[in-house]
Amino acid sequence: MDIHEYQAKALLSDFGVPIATGGLAYSPEQAAYRAKEIGGEKWVVKAQIHSGARGKAGGIRMCDDENAVWEAADDMLGRRLVTNQTGPGGKGVYRLYIEPVVPFERELYLSMVLDRQTERIVLVMSGSGGMEIEELVETDPGAIHRIRIEPAVGLQGFQAREAAFACGLGAGLIAQAETLLLGAYRAFRTMDATLLEINPLVVTEEGRLLALDAKMSFDDNALFRHQNVSELRDKSQEDPREMNAADRGLNYVGLEGNIGCIINGAGLAMATMDMIKHAGGDPANFLDIGGGASPERVAKAFKLVLSDDRVEAILVNIFAGINRCDWVAQGVVKAMNELDVKVPVVVRLSGTNVEEGRRILDESNVDLITAETLAEAGEKSVAAVSWEAN
Amino acid sequence: MSIIVSEETPVIVQGFTGRMGTFHAEEMIAYGTNVVGGIAPGKSGSDHLGLPVFDTVRDAVSDTGAEASIVFVPPPFAADAIMEAVDSGISHCVCITDGIPAQDMMKVKRYMRTKRVEKRMTLMGPNCAGVISPGKALLGIMPGHIYAQGPVGIIGRSGTLGYEAASQLKAIGIGVSTSVGIGGDPINGSSFTDHLKAFEQDPETSLVCIIGEIGGPQEAHAAAFARDHMHKKVVAYIAGLSAPKGRTMGHAGAIVTGAGESAAEKIEIMRDHGVTVVERPSDFGAVIAKLL
Repeated sequence: MDIHEYQAKALLSDFGVPIATGGLAYSPEQAAYRAKEIGGEKWVVKAQIHSGARGKAGGIRMCDDENAVWEAADDMLGRRLVTNQTGPGGKGVYRLYIEPVVPFERELYLSMVLDRQTERIVLVMSGSGGMEIEELVETDPGAIHRIRIEPAVGLQGFQAREAAFACGLGAGLIAQAETLLLGAYRAFRTMDATLLEINPLVVTEEGRLLALDAKMSFDDNALFRHQNVSELRDKSQEDPREMNAADRGLNYVGLEGNIGCIINGAGLAMATMDMIKHAGGDPANFLDIGGGASPERVAKAFKLVLSDDRVEAILVNIFAGINRCDWVAQGVVKAMNELDVKVPVVVRLSGTNVEEGRRILDESNVDLITAETLAEAGEKSVAAVSWEAN
Repeated sequence: MSIIVSEETPVIVQGFTGRMGTFHAEEMIAYGTNVVGGIAPGKSGSDHLGLPVFDTVRDAVSDTGAEASIVFVPPPFAADAIMEAVDSGISHCVCITDGIPAQDMMKVKRYMRTKRVEKRMTLMGPNCAGVISPGKALLGIMPGHIYAQGPVGIIGRSGTLGYEAASQLKAIGIGVSTSVGIGGDPINGSSFTDHLKAFEQDPETSLVCIIGEIGGPQEAHAAAFARDHMHKKVVAYIAGLSAPKGRTMGHAGAIVTGAGESAAEKIEIMRDHGVTVVERPSDFGAVIAKLL
């Protein structure tokens, strides 16, 4: 789960990471008022969306007076911001975060990730901040310092100091850096984060370290033990169809193609999408109906897939282990009878209770295209789309 | 032979009396697995499915001589159950549970390493379909009837895709020595490489099929291991050619976050290391038949 910058900053601040005093705004009036409250002469108005690279997309504005803050807020609120991370649809801007402009001397990069290679939390720090880590890796790989953290003892002070010295921080900043890094690590560990990024981390003209931006993502599987984190979920930043699916025990990812997929198992779902590609088609979605799917859940999956206007054919591919083909077949028949399905539907059933499942489909008199094998399923679904198109 | 489980291996079920544990224990017993009991804290002294129930894994091991366990414990408590198996000297453990926090698995892996290498437990999963040695034993949740006994070893992240491969093989008369699920989570108990090592030593296995997917570095490691250390043929399929970057495709671990993690890149790595690539997931049977 992703959260907003202002939320990440508030969480990190509780763990001793220094942040500027900012304020949240939902309207231009509120934004101007916040600026006044914060005080100073220059402010930055930042769109709160679940994406990085907001600056280049016009989501971060410098303002010289309260009027400018009002205008920037008015311009941004309610708009969809398209960054190189959001996809073409962008993300809606409904919250703004106002901070004073803090003059700084230099920028650094700091992140922590759960690294799959070492199965440890890895701290990544660089003396050159402000750009994306991918750019950094390409332009100046030598400037990136990595510290693997031993899970039994956690991040140690000496490791934090090593990273700070390696980034060229002077003696006066080392103690601050140590506190910041240890605090950030504790935040990461305590709240089951999967990613924490402070970019840039700056040295202000007054010689203080400050988190100018902050990004955190959390392990969905661990949310059960962090009520304070799950409360930060902002549904406006999520794809409504995916959210809808998750609430129904389905796992859905929307894509760009026109063949709707209803499959059990993540691996088989990906493989079926690949099969469609190989047959010359394009999947409209990833959808895993999970184990033990009832006829009702299958029918809901149909409804969900059909809510995408691009869908011109549906492919149901089930290899039942803990699922039952007869239940899936009942679900398919239920969906075909209850919903206004105008697109061709290809069904391939295999595994547990397959004979019973096929019998249910045969006797139902609903208009279906059946397939025996995975290859056939892919080809027939692609053929169904091209036939419709002609 | 076969790897991990045979008809003799004494097996216990952790989370024995729950709905999942009960259902799959029955299936495993019906398949011929030597299930000797199970764990349900607070219920010792009672019987379940005609087998003894124990409070702790330690009690079960000392009473039954159990060597392998299978975990059907809900996500918040599953890491604890796995560590209990480690502590009690279980040698092979399968964890079916989907949804264990990644940091819990980080702890589990660290705890497993506190045992000496020769006494270290092998963990399959979490979030996997388990292990089956067809005709011998089932330590998992797969439908046993789709597997024939034979010379092909299977290692896969995905359960259903493993079923697909096994049934394609069975349809053309080819069987499986053992099929191992390593699971779809970002931190797995064991890797493709761990099981490639075991299959290389197994006289009943003559070819190994890897079923990988997007995300993580494991497939690349396996490819390097296959090239440098294996005499047996290795074929591989990587799922997720059409998966967009940065999106989680069902499995918590199926997400492309960095270089080398996409299906296209993994396929290229496989080829570069001399591993035969199954291009289309409908071709497991045909490709393997040609190489056997």
